[in-house]
Amino acid sequence: MWRLDRKVNLEKEVSVYSESERLPIGRKISRLGKVIAKDRYLYLLALPGIIYFLIFKYVPMAGILIAFQDYSPYLGFAESSWVGFEHFKRLFVNPDFWLLLRNTLAISFLNLLLFFPLPIILAILMNELQSQFYKRTVQSIIYLPHFLSWVIIATLTFMLLSRSEGIVNQLLEFFGFEKIDFLTNPSIFWLLLTSQSIWKEAGWGTIIFLAAIAGVNSQLYEAAKIDGANRFRQIWHVTLPAIRNVIIILFILRLGDIMEVGFEQVFLMYNGAVSEVAEVFDTYVYRVGIQQGQFSFSTAIGLFKSLVGLILVVVANKMAKKFGEEGIY
Amino acid sequence: MITLKGSLGERVFNISNIVVLGLVAILTAFPVYYVFVVSFTDPTEYLQKSLVLFPDNWSLASYRYLLSTSAFIQSMGVSAFLATVGTSCSLLVTSSLAYALSRRRFRGRRVILLFILFTILFSPGIIPNYLLVKELGLINNIWSVILVSLSSGWYVILMKGFFDSIPESLVEAATIDGCNDISAWFRIVLPLSLPAIAAFGLFFAVAYWNQYFNALLYLNESSKWPIQVLLQNMLIDSSSSSLGEVDPLVQPPPSETLKMAAVVIAIVPILLVYPFLQKHFAKGVMIGSLKE
Repeated sequence: MWRLDRKVNLEKEVSVYSESERLPIGRKISRLGKVIAKDRYLYLLALPGIIYFLIFKYVPMAGILIAFQDYSPYLGFAESSWVGFEHFKRLFVNPDFWLLLRNTLAISFLNLLLFFPLPIILAILMNELQSQFYKRTVQSIIYLPHFLSWVIIATLTFMLLSRSEGIVNQLLEFFGFEKIDFLTNPSIFWLLLTSQSIWKEAGWGTIIFLAAIAGVNSQLYEAAKIDGANRFRQIWHVTLPAIRNVIIILFILRLGDIMEVGFEQVFLMYNGAVSEVAEVFDTYVYRVGIQQGQFSFSTAIGLFKSLVGLILVVVANKMAKKFGEEGIY
Repeated sequence: MITLKGSLGERVFNISNIVVLGLVAILTAFPVYYVFVVSFTDPTEYLQKSLVLFPDNWSLASYRYLLSTSAFIQSMGVSAFLATVGTSCSLLVTSSLAYALSRRRFRGRRVILLFILFTILFSPGIIPNYLLVKELGLINNIWSVILVSLSSGWYVILMKGFFDSIPESLVEAATIDGCNDISAWFRIVLPLSLPAIAAFGLFFAVAYWNQYFNALLYLNESSKWPIQVLLQNMLIDSSSSSLGEVDPLVQPPPSETLKMAAVVIAIVPILLVYPFLQKHFAKGVMIGSLKE
């Protein structure tokens, strides 16, 4: 029966196709016009959004052309002179550039190393909780920081860790220890950022793993129990293999994101004492571009970052798809 | 609550698991608790004691002072404007586009979807966006913050995924009853999708309330700052000068309790909508937005 349907449909499609093929071009356009006119309100509905994306997403994409200019706001885009790859040449010999790259990669890899495993561990532990009430309570608490802004988190960090007012240093002093410069110490700055990310996002990150674990067939656990597996062995032989794919895919996607280091977080924690380790692409673009007005040079830096990011994300998605699950697109 | 069944190993595992997760929860909650406590601590007590974990004297002095300054009230107003007007505009533009793209009879929808997808993958960077806003004459205009974050590819694709499940026959039935596509969308599709729209709205609203970077970029006049930018300025300067003109006869509370009160006021709206947020993301509506 379904085969017949399909055949009929196929014939219909073929006939439409050949009919339109035979039509002269003017008729074709008028036919398309009729099709659009029939659903004109539907297109009208999409129009504001399409215009929005054109103006606020695609016009700036054309704006990257100023990376190849000596853009001056007084002359404007049309009058500014073209300099080709001048800014990119300047960029790669600039020692600042290598510093930016080093800091970006260091912060990203530290995140991969220390942050990435935590949501997995937390999700597994939460899954092992017997009391649903306790589980929900823990979830409610550890999801909350995801919704707090970086400004608030920076304020909390100062409140906890600053030398004069921070409660941690006050406790250290109380117990007779030396105070620690958490916020102005270049050697722990990256760790400070990672800890902030962990506090803010580790709980939220468990959602996707909990969802994956929830899909595990409970008979597998029963079978493991009958075979004499204790809880650790059940986690090792049932839970982990079940979420292995999700872990691999998220890891690859994270690798695709290594050029992205949150501007707000780094910018808010930035201070003179740690500038050497704290400057990343976005903060540098902000300082050189917006504050010093070197628009073309800073656009070139931003463009470099975006292009590398684009390549990494596309490659990461291709790889993630190989693991049989959907990537981000 | 703690099941005392099973072997000794089983019990040790259960109890240590409860303890470990309890510690994680306490570590997460402590900073927020501490902020609440300090903000309600009597200013003189705060100055005398070096460490306050539970105040002897509760006081609203910091809040009273904060809410008497025009700068703070103004920034709350700006943020409230962003969270309400911004969210409404975002929902309107994003949901209409997403709905239209979810209909199969939309010619060229695949091309448009690809165009939208590309904006997720490639961002031109800070400067081109800044120059666009500048060219449009929107610097120091609150609408700049709304316009640059009005919609994003992620939200369009997530919402389209939701609208995909609304059957075309429903819209057809409405069309027979004399609706065109716009009125069918507004009168039938939107009311049907209210729970999902509300969930997206909450996420938009939280994003607008937390808006910092765009405001920093586009709003230079302190009278136009949303609360996050004001908070950041209070954080940097230890005096309370960022709060602007205040009654010179009133002795200001220590800047720490003041800051904490400001943080609490900035957190409270999030806490108020949090139960609703949780209800929705628990359903998995927003799984896609996990990746920021």
